[in-house]
Amino acid sequence: MTSEQFLFWLFAVLTCGGAFAVVITQNVVRMAFWLIVSLGSVAGLFFLLNADFLGAAQLLIYVGGTVVLLIFGVMLTASGPYLQIKTSPAEGFLAGGIAFLFLVLIVSTVYAVDWDHKSQLMATHENGQATGIGPQPGYNPEQQGNTTRPIAFALLGMRPDKDLASNQPADLMDTGDVDDLSQAVYMGDEMELSTGYLLVFEIISVHLLVVLVGAAYLARAKRRVDASEVA
Amino acid sequence: MDSILAADSIVEFLSGKLSDLDTVLDNESLAFAIAAFVHAFLLINLFAIIPMVFIWAERKVSGRIQDRLGPTRVGGRFGWLQGLADGIKLVQKEDLVPKDADSMLFRMAPYIACIASFGAFMVLPFNSSWVAVASDVGIFLLFGILSIEVVGIVLAGYSSGSKWSLYGGMRESAQMVSYEIPLAICGLIPLVAVGSLNLTEVGQVQTGTVLNWLIFNSPFTFIGFFVYFTVATAGCKRAPFDLAEAESELVGGFHTEYSGIRWSFFFMAEYASMFLVCAVAALLFLGGWNTGLGIEETAGFLALREMGQNFLVEGFVLGNYIANLFGLIVLCLKASLLVCVQIWLRWTLPRLRIDQVMMTCLKYLTPMSCALFLGATIWPLAMAVTTGKTTLLSAPMGERMAPKRDAANGETSSTNSTKDSTEPNVVVNTDPVGDALASTLNEPQLKTSEGGNR
Repeated sequence: MTSEQFLFWLFAVLTCGGAFAVVITQNVVRMAFWLIVSLGSVAGLFFLLNADFLGAAQLLIYVGGTVVLLIFGVMLTASGPYLQIKTSPAEGFLAGGIAFLFLVLIVSTVYAVDWDHKSQLMATHENGQATGIGPQPGYNPEQQGNTTRPIAFALLGMRPDKDLASNQPADLMDTGDVDDLSQAVYMGDEMELSTGYLLVFEIISVHLLVVLVGAAYLARAKRRVDASEVA
Repeated sequence: MDSILAADSIVEFLSGKLSDLDTVLDNESLAFAIAAFVHAFLLINLFAIIPMVFIWAERKVSGRIQDRLGPTRVGGRFGWLQGLADGIKLVQKEDLVPKDADSMLFRMAPYIACIASFGAFMVLPFNSSWVAVASDVGIFLLFGILSIEVVGIVLAGYSSGSKWSLYGGMRESAQMVSYEIPLAICGLIPLVAVGSLNLTEVGQVQTGTVLNWLIFNSPFTFIGFFVYFTVATAGCKRAPFDLAEAESELVGGFHTEYSGIRWSFFFMAEYASMFLVCAVAALLFLGGWNTGLGIEETAGFLALREMGQNFLVEGFVLGNYIANLFGLIVLCLKASLLVCVQIWLRWTLPRLRIDQVMMTCLKYLTPMSCALFLGATIWPLAMAVTTGKTTLLSAPMGERMAPKRDAANGETSSTNSTKDSTEPNVVVNTDPVGDALASTLNEPQLKTSEGGNR
């Protein structure tokens, strides 16, 4: 077993075990703790996949942000009858059914992917020497987990990963596997750039923030304090 | 093998040496495990020593500020072994768990706080080549890991089964969640000028004179440093923001019920994260491992890096090691100075009220950091339009960046696997993306897409 496989199994077991513990634990705050274990291990899996940015975002947003807010909320509410969550058999049956359907969905998705073709593409992309195609010129973003710049460019609406991959001699393009990675269109001497859509999502998320601030403003307890009362 | 822990150089070094053990274990895995162990061992020792030194410093400084002597006996004249004596005393104490406590979470909480603060050291570069994980998302990852520390504090407060602890934990969570926002935004202010989240690159662009330090890059980074330092002090729950443990009202706050070694874990985490945020401040604003005198660029210093080739071990460069050690000392000195300022503040300023702490963050520090961030993005553009160069005092960032990157590429391609590979060393990322972009951007069709501030 290589170290990568070992780490994968470690994180995978922690992810699933943490998620399972969330389900079977009855104490709300302990659930939050197991959620941290599970989400943190997912971040570990992201790092193993060389998706550094995603892993860091997972830690910052889910583990450091969401779960802290969750615990904060639980601490304010968890007292007496609300501390323990007991499910009735009917609820368990319903939840089990939905979980099973979801499992079917995931398994069918996994089997729908042509993994042989994908692993060939990966091998070509990562060390092209073996297949004779050669590495993509100057652009192997996932090799070291250095995904920051590609993500930033996609945010700005540029996809150099697609455009640079297409910027190759025609004989390399004809080998078949490469054109999956390159979708830019040549029109004479000018190159049409691919576009990224991440900026749109960012703007939407800022709108969501504005909505949240507005909701907090509307929902706050309205108490008018008389100036005379204060004095 | 791809670098999960970015330990390439040690792994490659060991892979060559361990061929005899091939039959025992997969060679690469063993090399990888040893490399990971070396990094973790060095970092955990640093992590253990830092609190010891700073707790002694805290007692000494607070003593002098209050017109006392502080520790004087243990270990000779200045009581410099006081930290070790404290540690031995704490290890001996009984490990108590209150009857009302949630036992599992109560025992777990100190470890979470400690691991989070220790984990963040992984991405902290100590000089241009000593960093456990040379990640391209360095500072983002650092803040991400550091943000988990609050979980330990909050769980400690909740699980103690005591009202004092619960209040402390709630205050802490409210405070930390609020202060994370300006902390991250303030961290972004100098990063906008550099254009990289990689802390090693941030340190490298500040080589040269003091004027190249990012604090002098623009008025916004100058103010940004002080805002960052305030926010970072609050983020470590240090006085005047230490409402989580306010002893005058909450006995001990979140750690009221803790004793012995578990109690000391919280303090290890606190002092280590104090050092961490101060080291980040030094890296982001104060030149990192550079002295600011410009000696890193001189011929003598560069010659030192070449001296003592193959000293004792094949591929070990003694001069380079000394130069790297010098960088580490410079960075640690800067960070320690900032920690001393934090200690000084703690013993001279009165504690704020909790509503004042929240108001300071939400009404003043957050808008300030947002405004500074906006200003820092506009500044290079405004400078480029009015004066024709993007910075006021120092050389433009592009001039400092480009040769560095070329040099790093040349070095890595030729000597990556051999040069001082006995050190916990990761050669700076070669950054193929940047090169590809640079070459692409020179083509006429794409030239307009580059902004003026690089």
